[in-house]
Amino acid sequence: MSLSDATLTPPAARGPTPAQWAGGAILLLVLGFAWGAPLLVPADPLRQDLMRGLAGPDAAAPLGYDHLGRSLMARLAAALRLSLSIAGVAVLLAGVLGTGLGVLAAWRGGWVDRALVLLADSVLALPGLLMVLIIGVIISNTPLAFAIGLTLVLWIEFFRLTRATAARLLAAPGVQASRLLGFGPGYVFRRHLWPDLAPMLLTVAAFGAATAIMLIAALGFVSVGIRAPRPELGQMMVELLPYYREAPMALFLPVIAIFLTILALNLLAQGRRP
Amino acid sequence: MIWRALGYRAAQAGVVAFLVGVLTFLMMQALPGDMAFRIAAGRYGYDMVTADAAAAVRAELGLDRPAWAAFMVWLGDLGRLDLGVSVISGRPVWDEIRHQMGASLHLAGAALLLSALIGPPLGILAGLRAGGWLDRGLLVLSSGLRAVPQFLMGLILIVLVSIQLSWLPAAGHGRAEHIILPALTLALGLAAVSARMARDAMAGVAARPFYAFGRWKGLSEGQMLRRHGLRNIGVAMVTFLSLQFVMLVEGVVVVESIFGWPGIGHALVHAIFGRDVPMVQGTALLLGLGFVALNALTDLLTRLIDPREIRA
Repeated sequence: MSLSDATLTPPAARGPTPAQWAGGAILLLVLGFAWGAPLLVPADPLRQDLMRGLAGPDAAAPLGYDHLGRSLMARLAAALRLSLSIAGVAVLLAGVLGTGLGVLAAWRGGWVDRALVLLADSVLALPGLLMVLIIGVIISNTPLAFAIGLTLVLWIEFFRLTRATAARLLAAPGVQASRLLGFGPGYVFRRHLWPDLAPMLLTVAAFGAATAIMLIAALGFVSVGIRAPRPELGQMMVELLPYYREAPMALFLPVIAIFLTILALNLLAQGRRP
Repeated sequence: MIWRALGYRAAQAGVVAFLVGVLTFLMMQALPGDMAFRIAAGRYGYDMVTADAAAAVRAELGLDRPAWAAFMVWLGDLGRLDLGVSVISGRPVWDEIRHQMGASLHLAGAALLLSALIGPPLGILAGLRAGGWLDRGLLVLSSGLRAVPQFLMGLILIVLVSIQLSWLPAAGHGRAEHIILPALTLALGLAAVSARMARDAMAGVAARPFYAFGRWKGLSEGQMLRRHGLRNIGVAMVTFLSLQFVMLVEGVVVVESIFGWPGIGHALVHAIFGRDVPMVQGTALLLGLGFVALNALTDLLTRLIDPREIRA
């Protein structure tokens, strides 16, 4: 690295913050539970055993049973797997779409830029819940509809951030030099844009995943989301709410699961403050 | 230029209406089964549906046109702001919406007011003493609150206040005490974010040289805040307000459904349930255009507070 490089890009403080470490650890814990539970104690989340309704923990169901005698551990893990998978797919798709369009807008400028910004602002005006609900009617497969609807909601944040950052970076002398030397768009993106974009995209992705998980649970809670009997966190809470006096722990489990997941993602999103 | 900003908002409103039109049209096309029979069942009850009733509905709503022609008619109606009639209640969508809009505005207004009383004052106090105990305590509290989705906050409040303490009714509409829980649910979520925003803005202003100079020349803390603090964080707070509308609208949909509040969000969820496309279109259009209008308003307000041309 030459001296001019060093002066052009001031050495930013790198590496995760303590909050990010904590968030990552909690998230690993949640992921480990979601995918590890069926390996430890194999159980079918849909299998009912009405004699065991609201029964306490035993070897087959270490977290107890719900009102229909289904293993709460199996149901909780399945619900988390579903929410996390949908959120993961949606964030990935939205990230690719939003970042791609953001770079395109910053690169081309002019009417392409104006049209894309207008589109993004207009989509932003429609509530995310509404978008997901309408896509849910158009596409009957609910998890797929959730993934697509959430992608249509989440790409905007990626787009806005990428566009603003890329516009600033593309105007810098480094990019000009690269272009004069004949390097293509791929090289400019990898060498000039990606290093600055990546940490910000991580923040947007973590917030996006948190939004996605909250939305899925909220729709499950008002009974317009994932349909029973497939376990889902919000829907589990509604099912267990009437039994809250008999089995407070059963209601507490999905509540704590969603709280920890969103807390972890929010902590992960907190980058270094400038 | 202010006209340019307003022109942009007008274009945005146009695109929003178009998007709503496309989405609801796709929704209409995707409905399974014979649309006419579904609507007839919704109107007359499942036992009363006959082929004659379905044919009457089909003729009334023009359901036998090809897709592209239907789309053109659809967009044309939308352009004239003719939202048609609810396929379930049979009453004009505008009338239904006007009725629900009042309830929603009532709830949203109460929530905004409540959050404005909780969030920004705490944030400003914390920002004035950045790093103090209030600042650190508030950070933990708002991080915790932000990890609680709004429907969960509603659930917690219902369980604690209505079921355990039986202080307030869990759901309903009409008496004054019915609004407290839903408004508080919305307000706590909003305040958790607005307190952080106010704190960051205030800490930024308090660290500026003119603030130190003001203190040095002997102004009291109260004078400093009124003369130099509030107006400088005003722009950030008003801009942020427009972001809060997004949270508010999303929250209204969920919170109204939980607490049985007869507003727009409640109507939207029911319309989705009943596949009442004209109602979905009407509520979606209203929410989208309302958001654009509020943004236009914040554009104007920002310029009023800070007449300097700031280009972000």
